[in-house]
Amino acid sequence: MNLPLILFFFCGGLAVLGAILLIVAREPIHSALSLILVMVSLAILYLLLGAEFIAAVQIIVYAGAVMVLFVFVIMLLNAGVEQRTNWSKMAKYAGMPLGIFLLLEITRWIWRSTAGPQAANGAGAVPAAFSTHDLAMALFRQYLFPFEATSILILIAILGALVLAKRSE
Amino acid sequence: MVPISYYLVLSGVLFGLGVIAFIFKRNIITIFMAIELMLNAVNLAFVAFARAWNQLDGLVFVFFVIVVAAAEAAVGLAIVIVISQNRRSLNVEDVNLLKF
Repeated sequence: MNLPLILFFFCGGLAVLGAILLIVAREPIHSALSLILVMVSLAILYLLLGAEFIAAVQIIVYAGAVMVLFVFVIMLLNAGVEQRTNWSKMAKYAGMPLGIFLLLEITRWIWRSTAGPQAANGAGAVPAAFSTHDLAMALFRQYLFPFEATSILILIAILGALVLAKRSE
Repeated sequence: MVPISYYLVLSGVLFGLGVIAFIFKRNIITIFMAIELMLNAVNLAFVAFARAWNQLDGLVFVFFVIVVAAAEAAVGLAIVIVISQNRRSLNVEDVNLLKF
């Protein structure tokens, strides 16, 4: 057991734990806090993968901005305990076994088909981290048009949020 | 060095948990959180593949996914506020105007 592997299992376990807490929590605010746990542990995994800029953006945009928005709306609407639904017979006897089977099958196929990327990785050689400089070069040269398109998307999102928030008279 | 397949399995498990939360939760805000969880799981797979092939394009895609998720959260939560003002409820089963 080397250190990256221990770190991976720690953070991966935290992420899965947070996702399970999101499902079992009755209060929306508890779900939001467990989702923040998932996002922070995913940011550590990004650091482990050498994507420093993405880790920083994950913390700032997701755990910072988006989740603050969620928590703000939960407090604004005073969201209380949610009602549980009763499981339908269909979900209990057909949906659940099929879902577990699908998950196991996907896991098996991913385990079996790792020869390609592993060989490309140089089998144990630790590659250097992605530099933010190279990422900026790719973003502003090769992907300049999508980058500009996202600015229009954000503008439309701002307008949409304003129109929805405007009090109708 | 952690094998890439570990990351992909973790990504798949997180996506599956997101789908389960999306289906079983009844609160609109929590359903939104489940969507964010699924987007995060896909981002992890993108970064893992970027690492596996040592290509930057995966990271650029993650960047765009984060931008779109932020825009979606802003508009979606505005819709949630309007729904709760009109229906006085956050339960999705009370929003059944289009239900057959």
